Amino acid sequence: MAGPSMSSTPAVQMRGIDKRFGAVHANRDVAISVRAGTVHGIVGENGAGKSTLMSILYGFYRADDGEIEIDGRPVTIGGSRDAIALGIGMVHQHFMLVDTLSALDNVMLGAEPGWRLWPARRQVRVRLDALMRDTGLHVDLDARVAELPVGERQRLEILKALYRGARILILDEPTAVLTPQETEALFATLRGLRERGTTILLITHKLREIMALCDAVTVMRGGRVVLDCAIADTSLDGLAEAMVGRRVKLGRGATPAAPPGAVLLRATGLGWTDALGVVRLADVSLTLHAGEIVGVAGVSGNGQSELLDLLSGLLVPSAGEMQIGGLRFAPAHWIDPRQARELRIAHVPEDRQRRGLVLPFDAWESAVLGYQQRRRYDRAGWMRQGAMRDDCATLMDRYDVRPRDPSLRTSRFSGGNQQKLVLAREAAPGPLVLLVGQPTRGVDVGAIEFIHGRLRAMRDAGGAVLVVSSELDEILALSDRVMVMNAGRVAGELPIAQCSESALGRLMGGAAPAPNEPLRMGERLPDAGRPAGPTAH
Amino acid sequence: MDEVLVGSLVASTLRVSVPLILCALAGVLCERAGVIDLGLEGKMLLTAFTTAAVGVTSGSLPLALGAALAVGVLLSMLHGYACVSHGGDQVVLGMAITMTAAGLTVVLGIAWFAQGGQTPPLPGSVRLGGCFEGLGAWVAGVAFVGPALALAFFGHNPLVYLALGLVVGVWWLLYRTRFGLRLRATGENPAMVDAAGVSVLRLRYQALALNGLLSGLAGAYLVLAQNPSFIPHMTAGRGYMALAAMIFGKWHPVGALWACLLFGFLDAASIRLQGAELPLLGAVPVQAIQALPYLLTVVLLAGFIGRAVAPKALGRPYVKES
Amino acid sequence: MSPPVELPRWLDVAVLPAVNLLFALLVAGAVVTLVGFDPGRVLGLLVKGAFGSRAGLSYTLYYATTFVFTGLAVAVAIHGGLFNIGGEGQATMGGLGAGLVALAFGAHLPAWAMLPLMVLAAGLSGMAWAAVPGALQAWRGSHVVITTIMFNFLAAALLSYLLVDALKEPGNMTPESRAFAASARLPGMHEALAWLGIAWPRTPLNLSLLLALAAAAGVYLGLWKSQPGYALRAVGFAPDAARYAGIRPQRLIMVSMAASGALAGMVGVNEIAGVHGRLLPDFVAGAGFAGIAVSLIGRNHPAGIVLAALLFGALHQGGSELAFEIAGFSRDMVFMLQGLIVLFAGAMAQVAAPGLARAWRRVAPARGRRHG
Repeated sequence: MAGPSMSSTPAVQMRGIDKRFGAVHANRDVAISVRAGTVHGIVGENGAGKSTLMSILYGFYRADDGEIEIDGRPVTIGGSRDAIALGIGMVHQHFMLVDTLSALDNVMLGAEPGWRLWPARRQVRVRLDALMRDTGLHVDLDARVAELPVGERQRLEILKALYRGARILILDEPTAVLTPQETEALFATLRGLRERGTTILLITHKLREIMALCDAVTVMRGGRVVLDCAIADTSLDGLAEAMVGRRVKLGRGATPAAPPGAVLLRATGLGWTDALGVVRLADVSLTLHAGEIVGVAGVSGNGQSELLDLLSGLLVPSAGEMQIGGLRFAPAHWIDPRQARELRIAHVPEDRQRRGLVLPFDAWESAVLGYQQRRRYDRAGWMRQGAMRDDCATLMDRYDVRPRDPSLRTSRFSGGNQQKLVLAREAAPGPLVLLVGQPTRGVDVGAIEFIHGRLRAMRDAGGAVLVVSSELDEILALSDRVMVMNAGRVAGELPIAQCSESALGRLMGGAAPAPNEPLRMGERLPDAGRPAGPTAH
Repeated sequence: MDEVLVGSLVASTLRVSVPLILCALAGVLCERAGVIDLGLEGKMLLTAFTTAAVGVTSGSLPLALGAALAVGVLLSMLHGYACVSHGGDQVVLGMAITMTAAGLTVVLGIAWFAQGGQTPPLPGSVRLGGCFEGLGAWVAGVAFVGPALALAFFGHNPLVYLALGLVVGVWWLLYRTRFGLRLRATGENPAMVDAAGVSVLRLRYQALALNGLLSGLAGAYLVLAQNPSFIPHMTAGRGYMALAAMIFGKWHPVGALWACLLFGFLDAASIRLQGAELPLLGAVPVQAIQALPYLLTVVLLAGFIGRAVAPKALGRPYVKES
Repeated sequence: MSPPVELPRWLDVAVLPAVNLLFALLVAGAVVTLVGFDPGRVLGLLVKGAFGSRAGLSYTLYYATTFVFTGLAVAVAIHGGLFNIGGEGQATMGGLGAGLVALAFGAHLPAWAMLPLMVLAAGLSGMAWAAVPGALQAWRGSHVVITTIMFNFLAAALLSYLLVDALKEPGNMTPESRAFAASARLPGMHEALAWLGIAWPRTPLNLSLLLALAAAAGVYLGLWKSQPGYALRAVGFAPDAARYAGIRPQRLIMVSMAASGALAGMVGVNEIAGVHGRLLPDFVAGAGFAGIAVSLIGRNHPAGIVLAALLFGALHQGGSELAFEIAGFSRDMVFMLQGLIVLFAGAMAQVAAPGLARAWRRVAPARGRRHG
């Protein structure tokens, strides 16, 4: 077995990579050079372009422009078959496994030695046993994948890639579903693979992992490479700043906000576990006062979406409590979306197209979604369409939704106008609490200012706004207070005056762990793998 | 109990179950790959007609059989084109094939044979006779069970034995070959199969081709072994019963075999059981026995007698994320 | 069903179905030619048979009545996101319900009480027959397509049993019930028109035509003007958005299936109360499946369904006439055309859509884009 490569030819070299998906410019002139036998980290927030870049390397997409060289040879990667043939393997964030088949069959599928299964299995087993011995990765080959815990499934994915002769291994957010112990085990495995000469590309947003494991790092932001250096030449702070970056600050508005008033909503100790038994939210508490905007910062996927769903009644927590409007809600009898609206909690969902609107409906029908049974719109079970249409027209006027046509199909509006419509619907009735997820995702620049202005107006009128956004400058522009979420917990909370990019960046990257954490992200409850607790109405 | 009765009951069960078994196997292969097949009824009908038409006009058994298989595959390829390649609704397509076949067979039958949609009877040379009769006679000599066994298992036409053999064959294909492994994976997680470098489209088309051959065989059986002529609507819902058997057998070839035998037994026994008195219920109407397979399937689907879990990706066209 | 390519509304609603219909007709025409008839002559005779005489028109409308009911049934379920193939069984049960009520009370109640009672019984029977598969889908996850197919067979078995055993008219060789009392029979259109002083040939066309039109109007109002209709369509289009709006999908599944079954049950009013006046086997005769074709071509909208039902009624009546006029022609040609329509307008609907969209873009490149 060859030792770690000492040649200066990079194992992977990508130059001038450019990729667009419609209007989204996912990769802009990206260059990356990875030395063989090293662990190379690729860091960035969601939407930075790192997943796209690696998908191009693995053959899922073809770049619009640019070159790729493997071990110094220019190559064309037309599909995953080509990538596999070149020795590139990928462990995806969402496992590519068939639950009903055994671990052995999953490894073997697509690369079976021969058309008869039992002889093929024997051969594969021998090779896999040797591979498991060499790398220290252990998986129960005969167990059905459905019975394997998450950490073992991931080891299986790595084994799958190695079995196909991967010399270059790409891992996409591998620690997202692992316990701290499993993460340590994974790191030990990766170090061992590095000793064997495997080149490892690690996509992550967790800065501590980068510093602990990687030899070199590339930081991406907005589709571009903003930092590319050896680990020794940088620091946690440096990475945080690069990841978050110095961007144009949107105006904070002329009028200074009045001090916040009465408590409108109080949530304590919220926790939620998903169907696989992975803890997505742990011990999250927050308080919303009248007349304030609270921003929730953090890389997507750290529990923010779940938080909004819990507060609006779409999910039932496994632990915790919420008080609003003089009522107290516990998991046994949690709020539901209808009750939430009655208590004047409005929700602009992150996924407006699937949740916030019904695309085939006409605009006026989408404009009453959730409110269609208000007395104003309901006459003994019939819809009062006149009132609905009029109100829609009014909303469109006030929130500058174009074109001003309530009869137009919702799908025909641009993303920005769809968002304005949803916001109009939720904010116009003057709710007590407005929960907003990604308010300006996919919205053109002109509409962004408008939407921000509306959110500030709501605050000035005495409402409370909770904004979840993965755009840090949006958080900084809007918020009076900023909560940073990481790994399902509140990593820290700062008043706006104390928010600097590096402070927030470190919190977002998980650089400063909160003290005395009994449960960490991914830590599973005793009966792991089985659905724990109620999830949704 | 009268041995002749037992023997002949088993024999008729086997004979009646054959089209069910063949169609259920066709369904298993197709649905395990992730494609719903509601067109079994129509495929069986059209291939039965093809066998009869070609058999009567050509007088050749291989030609008639070959034509039936070809038509079966053709229909399945249509299924593939509309649903696998173009993402059309698989349920609707199955209904379309069944409805079209029902009309087309009668139209062509009247036009070509002018007997109200029926075809003239196939000549004896084309139809299938019994086999293993010599062996059967020998077995009949065995004391006590001989006559019953001989009657039950020997002397059937070759397709009966072929159908049973095909159960083993399909089982072997699904669980002992590379192709079967990939096919089963495609019905559960086509994205995984795609990422492993195997073509989902090709696998589904291959499954459909086998589905076409098997349903073609089922249709051919109807006129080669059961009825000498094609009669309009002669499948009489058996395609759906095969579907029910497939579900009842939890999408496993051997499970489907037992379910088909059970349903076949109910069919064969229904005439004999008519008027028979059950201890508490009194006389059992023949319709109740006829309805039993369908009722049992509903009960199973409702989860009251165990769970029948369909392949996870069943019915969803595979579209590459781009 | 898969979401269609984004076409301007009028193209999607009027042109696409016409194109699919055309394909179906072309293939059917090819078969007609293959078996030795002249498609032009066939078409001409068909139109004449369907519309050329008052009797023919009446028969066309009588068939159309049944198709309106089954088409609406399929459409309502589709709007709720479900595929109800159980129209055959639900219609059978509707007829059975109406018939049993007629046999039980016909001699004792006057027409003005009897007829509404029969309509109610037909609707409730059909509704119940669809509600069970609906409940199984909503709460046990059993696929409604399979269960409704099974229920079709169960309904047929039940009807067969009752006709052969319990309800058989003594002394009658055929398995059918005794005739209903006069008060349990829906007046024929010729009778109704006679009240108005208009002479009309005697045909099976009866007052349930009015019921069908009322049902179409009702479905339109229900789906697009009522609160439950809004909720139903939301669940059908976007279950996530529906949940976000506080709508409970399971309840709406029940509502969809129940409404769908009730509509299919109305076939019983047309056939049993209107035409036959007694219970007899196979009075549905494939109307449930025809309803699928009617709904698909009618774009799942009541107005389209009424037109499509008229088309199918014409095909059935024209087909009957053709069977008289041309030796060797049978109505199975119509059944085949039905299947082809389901094929082109249903399964292959999206094969034509991209081509149509491309052609449209060439004709009008600037339009068809998003606003804003």
